Amino acid sequence: MPGKLKVKIVAGRHLPVMDRASDLTDAFVEVKFGNTTFKTDVYLKSLNPQWNSEWFKFEVDDEDLQDEPLQITVLDHDTYSANDAIGKVYIDIDPLLYSEAATVISGWFPIYDTIHGIRGEINVVVKVDLFNDLNRFRQSSCGVKFFCTTSIPKCYRAVIIHGFVEELVVNEDPEYQWIDRIRTPRASNEARQRLISLMSGELQRKIGLKVLEMRGNAVVGYLQCFDLEGESGLVVRAIGTACTLDKLSSPAAFLPACNSPSKEMKESPLVHPPSHGCRSTHNSPIHTATGSRLTQNFSVSVPTLIYTGMGSGSAGKEGGPFKALLRQQTQSALEQREFPFFTLTAFPPGFLVHVGGVVSARSVKLLDRIHNPDEPETRDAWWAEIRQEIKSHAKALGCHAVVGYSESTSICEEVCILSASGTAAVLNPRFLQDGTVEGCLEQRLEENLSTRCGFCHIPYDELNMPFPAHLTYCYNCRKQKVPDVLFTTIDLPTDATVIGKGCLIQARLCRLKKKAQAEANATAISNLLPFMEYEVHTQLMNKLKLKGMNALFGLRIQITVGENMLMGLASATGVYLAALPTPGGIQIAGKTPNDGSYEQHISHMQKKINDTIAKNKELYEINPPEISEEIIGSPIPEPRQRSRLLRSQSESSDEVTELDLSHGKKDAFVLEIDDTDAMEDVHSLLTDVPPPSGFYSCNTEIMPGINNWTSEIQMFTSVRVIRLSSLNLTNQALNKNFNDLCENLLKSLYFKLRSMIPCCLCHVNFTVSLPEDELIQVTVTAVAITFDKNQALQTTKTPVEKSLQRASTDNEELLQFPLELCSDSLHSHPFPPVKEHLESASSNSGIPAAQRDRCSSWIELIKLKAQTIRRGSIKTTVTVEKASPVGDGNFRNRSAPPCANSTVGVVKMTPLSFIPGAKITKYLGIINMFFIRETTSLREEGGVSGFLHAFIAEVFAMVRAHVAALGGNAVVSYIMKQCVFMENPNKNQAQCLINVSGDAVVFVRESDLEVVSSQQPTTNCQSSCTEGEVTT
Amino acid sequence: MTSELDIFVGNTTLIDEDVYRLWLDGYSVTDAVALRVRSGILEQTGATAAVLQSDTMDHYRTFHMLERLLHAPPKLLHQLIFQIPPSRQALLIERYYAFDEAFVREVLGKKLSKGTKKDLDDISTKTGITLKSCRRQFDNFKRVFKVVEEMRGSLVDNIQQHFLLSDRLARDYAAIVFFANNRFETGKKKLQYLSFGDFAFCAELMIQNWTLGAVDSQMDDMDMDLDKEFLQDLKELKVLVADKDLLDLHKSLVCTALRGKLGVFSEMEANFKNLSRGLVNVAAKLTHNKDVRDLFVDLVEKFVEPCRSDHWPLSDVRFFLNQYSASVHSLDGFRLECGGTIWAHCNLHLPGSSNSPASAFQVAGTTSVHHHAQQFFLYFQ
Repeated sequence: MPGKLKVKIVAGRHLPVMDRASDLTDAFVEVKFGNTTFKTDVYLKSLNPQWNSEWFKFEVDDEDLQDEPLQITVLDHDTYSANDAIGKVYIDIDPLLYSEAATVISGWFPIYDTIHGIRGEINVVVKVDLFNDLNRFRQSSCGVKFFCTTSIPKCYRAVIIHGFVEELVVNEDPEYQWIDRIRTPRASNEARQRLISLMSGELQRKIGLKVLEMRGNAVVGYLQCFDLEGESGLVVRAIGTACTLDKLSSPAAFLPACNSPSKEMKESPLVHPPSHGCRSTHNSPIHTATGSRLTQNFSVSVPTLIYTGMGSGSAGKEGGPFKALLRQQTQSALEQREFPFFTLTAFPPGFLVHVGGVVSARSVKLLDRIHNPDEPETRDAWWAEIRQEIKSHAKALGCHAVVGYSESTSICEEVCILSASGTAAVLNPRFLQDGTVEGCLEQRLEENLSTRCGFCHIPYDELNMPFPAHLTYCYNCRKQKVPDVLFTTIDLPTDATVIGKGCLIQARLCRLKKKAQAEANATAISNLLPFMEYEVHTQLMNKLKLKGMNALFGLRIQITVGENMLMGLASATGVYLAALPTPGGIQIAGKTPNDGSYEQHISHMQKKINDTIAKNKELYEINPPEISEEIIGSPIPEPRQRSRLLRSQSESSDEVTELDLSHGKKDAFVLEIDDTDAMEDVHSLLTDVPPPSGFYSCNTEIMPGINNWTSEIQMFTSVRVIRLSSLNLTNQALNKNFNDLCENLLKSLYFKLRSMIPCCLCHVNFTVSLPEDELIQVTVTAVAITFDKNQALQTTKTPVEKSLQRASTDNEELLQFPLELCSDSLHSHPFPPVKEHLESASSNSGIPAAQRDRCSSWIELIKLKAQTIRRGSIKTTVTVEKASPVGDGNFRNRSAPPCANSTVGVVKMTPLSFIPGAKITKYLGIINMFFIRETTSLREEGGVSGFLHAFIAEVFAMVRAHVAALGGNAVVSYIMKQCVFMENPNKNQAQCLINVSGDAVVFVRESDLEVVSSQQPTTNCQSSCTEGEVTT
Repeated sequence: MTSELDIFVGNTTLIDEDVYRLWLDGYSVTDAVALRVRSGILEQTGATAAVLQSDTMDHYRTFHMLERLLHAPPKLLHQLIFQIPPSRQALLIERYYAFDEAFVREVLGKKLSKGTKKDLDDISTKTGITLKSCRRQFDNFKRVFKVVEEMRGSLVDNIQQHFLLSDRLARDYAAIVFFANNRFETGKKKLQYLSFGDFAFCAELMIQNWTLGAVDSQMDDMDMDLDKEFLQDLKELKVLVADKDLLDLHKSLVCTALRGKLGVFSEMEANFKNLSRGLVNVAAKLTHNKDVRDLFVDLVEKFVEPCRSDHWPLSDVRFFLNQYSASVHSLDGFRLECGGTIWAHCNLHLPGSSNSPASAFQVAGTTSVHHHAQQFFLYFQ
């Protein structure tokens, strides 16, 4: 069914001078969508034209609405010769296609030209009238929401998490078409930009269709990438996690009116009288009243369970059989899926049961061997193969799912390395399937989850371990076995108990490779890969030990292929998990004894290492409580490498080789210095300088151990390219250069951001590429967030304190609760939160647990809730001051007075999924932009640095402008997915391609919210109380 | 290993005030790095010289990109490329348009032309300000001049509106533009003791009282040009010195009023005719462009120097001039309007006769009363 797209061109400003004679411009605008073009009048002789055009109306299929971008071209009218293009604006109208997001796009957009950059701005208004869709719109998927955020977006609740969706489209790269020889660089760039825009639209639509098939309504953790394969084509591929999301009514808390759906849903709750502590209610359909377009053929009801009881099960002893049962459950839930993968890195409470470890797979492919390059089949098969491998690895670890899953490629000429990695995990089936789960299982599960160390417990069978490992009893609950080191690709679960602070740990590695052609090259690369992985892993392990920590989160290993070398860069955030055993030290052993001076040297090194470990422990405040051996119940095992990366490399020939990285029986923490290589390793270990005081860094969403963020944030991108001296390159020299590059880059960042101290660099994302023979390019995007130092001093908290803190967090959430009570009369509530609310509220307000057990009728429960709310909310005002929780978007606000910029609204950008000190109230849609910039006057533009600096600033500006036009004031989960830079200084030319994405949102400062919410509870309580009375 | 490319782009553009100052002062990256090293920043932060180099380069690049926008400050407010908090924007603009006293003293009253620009090397060596910085300041003067040259309305308001400068800086620019437009000679050795502040004060009063804008704010003209008609009228002052009776009467009136109040009364009495003649002649000559240019030189020669040679204290000069203009009013047959004119002169002299700009402000307090009187006189002309 068609829709009507309406566009109005209002005005322009700051246009460039196009007529040298008059120093003015005669500008007009072409508006193009699909194959239809409209033009405005020519506005003569002005750099600030006021077109004020009529509404240009395009009547188009919604399929086109999803695929095509709106293309606005500003031109200079020329009577005698061809009109000169000033620049273009591409507007993705996708955010207008779902009901809850933006309703209008209106604002100033930078006019962008691929040769000249931004040339003035244009004011545009865009609207879409979608006719109500009555058919099953099989070709379009309007209404499916997309989120880049890799967790459940803040103002939504996951009803079901369906699972993995992927899609891949291929097209011929316009840069390699024959026509490119005769057209201008501008035309070629624009063709490319337009093509990628079209392809991403198509991709999104196709993924949307898959989601609808799965009966979901959203894609979370949507990651879209493009591969420039060169001759063989241009690939745009995307992965994501299909979910059914339900909008929480709480963000509407400051819009005091009750939501309209409440009336229609009056009769919907099917309430069963609660049996002992266990109650099942009916969940209401998702967005009933408003989601007219989407939900007509589509409503999901999910019976869920609520627990108010205090069951006293014994988890430990029954652990074994229970685990099996759980596995069966999960298995059945997951086996329907081809790939039980999730791109999420943070999960709703209770979702993650156990974590096995990192699984990864790589494969080297030759692009010129694709039989049918224009069709996606071959690439689909490649990825399917890798995913299959990941799946089998996960199975070997006793896990049925992979979380924190991501895919990447590295291309050099005709060789392509495909990589996939994730964390094998056991998940709670509750979120995965529509059916009811048996009560008893559910209950056990809850108990298991109630401990904060659950996710550390091994998922595999102790007697049937997939690799040699040594286990200990969990240091937290002492009932289950845990490994001694844990590597994961996900974020640290919010309820995990961490001692001290975390830190960024990187392993960097270069390997020279002979230049070769085709298969020989591919073979050489696949032969090198295992060694690289091994070394990266060893480095990570050693550095982790050196920091005195025992777990890695957010691990991302990137392997980049170049003409004559391979680069490996692994980044992760190290933490000390209280549940895992204390890591052992590092011992150095020499191979040649009986040499006095040598031994002396070794002992010297040993001392240095020990000193570093001690220093790091102090720096990161790692001081775990002393535990006597008796309590643990089993002798403390020798420290031994436990975690394992399962991976394999397969060449085009599909030959799979498994590599065991567990070092066999050898103690992993003894470094043997038997040759210069090893010496280098030890040295490089010690060269990593800790960040200056007041600085912390991590590559996860939040820094473990810091929870008092203030509202100042600074997102940045830094790019460095170094040229290696081509003379006698050795692996060592290469390693050193690469190491220095990364270290210097970090140092530079610390220096630049020194005014923000104390602050933490979060989500530090390093990307390495090898654009040419001797060039190494490193791109870093991160966000610096300030925090309150005074509070930071008390961060080492015992679990008890932590849980108290959490309780008060939940209390804050209670603020939202009253409204739900009155608005939808207590039927559809996210159950896990309810449980927490009740528990925490009662623990705080002093209602004895027994009372909750006794409450045998639903009405009584309401009363009780109203009571707890009243108490809870009073309490909240106090606790807000005391605690500042992390992960719920509730942060202390110490913001400076808001910048009142009259003309240009401030748009914040952050790679994180939240904004400190603020609450996200609305998601406006996905931002996915691709830009090409080219210059033929490189020197005049300030050389390569000047060129790229200006370009990145322009990209930021365009992202901000689009967000502002959607009515948003921030971009969250921002990511620069690609930054391909090519230069030719001899020809004075350079070209750069940048692909960025993120979620446009509206946020409200917590200080503004507090004013409203502090008034809210009283009124709501009253209303809910009266309601309660009426029912009685 | 050589660095090919090294950039840092923040969502909020980072502005380092110290580096900005170094950039404005025209130091090259290498010099700026050396200066920063000397400031001890490395010890404070534990950074290396390479880090400092990269940081400085980065800031310089940013400033370079911002410079285009700073040429038209309202653009800086509306542009989308750099997200800068308003307070920082104001700082950028204010600092960019700030100038060195030593430099402005050199070019004050000169034509802002290419020729003058060529002489900037000499000024640079003379004042010790880098050529780059001289160029920036000169270009700023010229740009402001070009923009407000043909504009109606208050000069200061126009400058403030188009360059978003603070009140104080806008006033200074108004003075510079006014001097450049009228090409007042300020470079003579005799005038070297006067500071820019002194001239700026004079310029402000002249804009208020001598220009077309001052005569009638409804008029289509602006604050830049002197009111020709007014200058013509000044010729009639000659009667004050040409008519012997009038001169004597004037003298006696002044002397009676000031007897006992002046420390240098006898010198004043002896010199009255000379001084009066000097003042009136300066005023009467102003119809010629060349004499307008030499206004300050003449005033110093004809009035300030005689006073100085007699060691008049500042307060006495003020007393004398006030009384000198006040007495004129009571002279029969003298047109009232001239009193205002003379009065305006008086104020001009005061800062000139002192070395302290503070005295200028003391007088400023008394001006408003006189100002109204003068307008009143002109009205009845």
